Amino acid sequence: MAQAVAHRAEETEKTALITGSEAIAVACKLADVDVITAYPIRPYDTVMQYVAKLVANGEFDCEYIVAESEHSQFEIVKHASAVGARVFSGSSGVGWMYAFEALTVTPALRIPMVVMVGNRALDDPGAFGVEHNDALAVRDLGWQLVWVDSAQEALDTALIAYRVAEDRRVFLPCAISCDGAFLTHSQGLVKIPSQDKVDAFLPPYQRGDLLLHPDNPITIAPQANEDWLMEIRRQTAAGMERSTAVIREAYAEFEQIFGRKYGNPFFEEYATEDADVVLVGMGTLSTPVKVAIRQMRREGKKVGFVRVRWFRPFAAEELARTLGRFSAVGVIDRDFSLGSPHLGGVLATEVRAAMYLATSQPPVLGFICGLGGREVTVPDVRKMSDIIREAAEGHPQPPTQWIGLRE
Amino acid sequence: MDTTATVETQPGVKLDPFKGVKKLPLEEFFTSGHRTCQGCESALVMKMMAKAAGPRTIVLGSTGCMYVANTTYYSTSWVIPWMHTQLGSSGSAAMGSAAGLKAQMRKGKMKKEPINVIAFCGDGGGADMGLSAISAALTHPDYNLLILMYDNESYANTDIQLSGSTPYGAHTTFSPPGATKRIMHHRWKKNMAGMLAAGHPTCRYVATMCMSYGLQGMNCVRKALSIGGPTFIHSLDPCPKGWDYDPILSHELGELAVATGIWPLYEVKDGVVTLYGKTKQLAEGQSPRLPVREYLLKQGRFAHFREEDIEYFQKKVDEMWERWLIPGVIPFVKDVEDERISA
Repeated sequence: MAQAVAHRAEETEKTALITGSEAIAVACKLADVDVITAYPIRPYDTVMQYVAKLVANGEFDCEYIVAESEHSQFEIVKHASAVGARVFSGSSGVGWMYAFEALTVTPALRIPMVVMVGNRALDDPGAFGVEHNDALAVRDLGWQLVWVDSAQEALDTALIAYRVAEDRRVFLPCAISCDGAFLTHSQGLVKIPSQDKVDAFLPPYQRGDLLLHPDNPITIAPQANEDWLMEIRRQTAAGMERSTAVIREAYAEFEQIFGRKYGNPFFEEYATEDADVVLVGMGTLSTPVKVAIRQMRREGKKVGFVRVRWFRPFAAEELARTLGRFSAVGVIDRDFSLGSPHLGGVLATEVRAAMYLATSQPPVLGFICGLGGREVTVPDVRKMSDIIREAAEGHPQPPTQWIGLRE
Repeated sequence: MDTTATVETQPGVKLDPFKGVKKLPLEEFFTSGHRTCQGCESALVMKMMAKAAGPRTIVLGSTGCMYVANTTYYSTSWVIPWMHTQLGSSGSAAMGSAAGLKAQMRKGKMKKEPINVIAFCGDGGGADMGLSAISAALTHPDYNLLILMYDNESYANTDIQLSGSTPYGAHTTFSPPGATKRIMHHRWKKNMAGMLAAGHPTCRYVATMCMSYGLQGMNCVRKALSIGGPTFIHSLDPCPKGWDYDPILSHELGELAVATGIWPLYEVKDGVVTLYGKTKQLAEGQSPRLPVREYLLKQGRFAHFREEDIEYFQKKVDEMWERWLIPGVIPFVKDVEDERISA
């Protein structure tokens, strides 16, 4: 033990070239996670390969369990969390859907697990590439959902996620979405914080009077039926409502301790100051969008970008206020919501709902793009920008268009 | 800590077998507040299981009768900590709880002490949906846990639908005898304990029990909790609602299930099979094996049986006793011993 302390004290911040998956594995180690469950499915599984190596090399002390299905993966950590352990798990695509029952009960039980979703298209037909429908499927259930676009942000957000999820005002799970391949398998330079700083930022997980233990012999999740279920749902909803402020607090303290600034936690603004139209999207499509914007800016086209990080809780008022500044908005969905209003994507539908009460309501156009891991290209982004510019100039456009689709 | 060790099971509790009914402690850990049916043997299993395990125990209960009837909000019958788990999750619930405790104790985040972890499931949750997770749990020698399957031979809570553990021919709401098909359920009951014992060679303890022999059942629970690693117990629980009989007969039906040889009582401890109680007497010829008719015809679920159905049932039970490699446990024979092949 004394040796371990001495070892920790020597540690300082290091920089490493690692993938988004490895960054999250490192965050798990720094967060001193107690129980981790793995089950193979691409592309998320890379995080577990890194965890397994850390455990095998004696660098990380946790119960590392290879489960026999995703359902068991998430049930095992759910129960480990109920007895007070800090837990981590993850999945992708249909694996996440296989765990759906466990994902449903986890927020309802106020289990603050943190997981990684390596976003992947749902079968069938098979595709390894990114789509956001997997993580989005739990959007109504009490999961906090955040999308990141770099390995550094993945590591930092994992630490923030533990702090927010385990805050007793919240006590809800958090899924960190990393686009399959584009982030799970892509390396970036990552500053790995020292253990001291992480310890200063992240207090121990305390389940308090909800701990399942012989010293606290409670009955958890009895049959409540119509007598009480509605009141219990309301409590869960209140946890999600409080999450917004807790996220703000966590990012502020993160900046103070680690010195890295994320600005507004809920969404990142890029080249928006003088923009007249903006694109909105989540995840790694930020890279082609930013490249295209730089090109267009050189041509005098004032296009900006808003990258939504936290999808749950959804910063509706703040986002609506921001988007109201522009003369047209284009939402890029790397997902679909078949039969939804205006036949759009999930994010576009949410953004439109957020704009409903706003005083300034520019046209909001939806684009379905980059499904099944197809690249969102710079020409795609330019095309979408042209369409929203048309709308801004008073030429009505269809509410939803599929971009980059072969005819 | 020796980090190179492949298996690091923490010492479990040491619970000595009860020496007799009069030696049982009076203290209850599963008490008033439940609303199970009159004559419910599964409720008795819960009560005796909790008594055998004692106060330093966490119980996880998967969906089923023993969830729905026992834990009405504000009137839980559990004195010890109890948590619901999903229908197919008894294996995962046990493993997660045991792993969570173990990690925290090893890392100094929780006081070190042996805590029993018991997950129970019904036959639907165990023999059907939860089989995969139970199987996985039994391959993990690292965790001390007991999975107890209370088998009332149907999804009794949801309206008596057949499960993979429902006996041949039984009338359930999903297998009603009709004008054209008398036998709607023509599958033979799964041999859960035998399958799990045979399929998980590192699992140190698998047993069958029946609450008609309560003391023996409680001692099975104590052995399972004390031996170390994951363990499994399969309990046959007569169910007045699902089996359609007068609740006063619950105890007698359990005895008949054993006396007719339909329900063999045995333990597989560190790879050694031991028949116990009445089953041992049957095997050693000290007591005659009663005809299955006496068991079947006391239950409304077999009221539609004709003579040929009873004969078929008897033939299958005879086969188990006369032809299986180990009666009640291993349902096949070696080819050299099979007269059909050697003839």
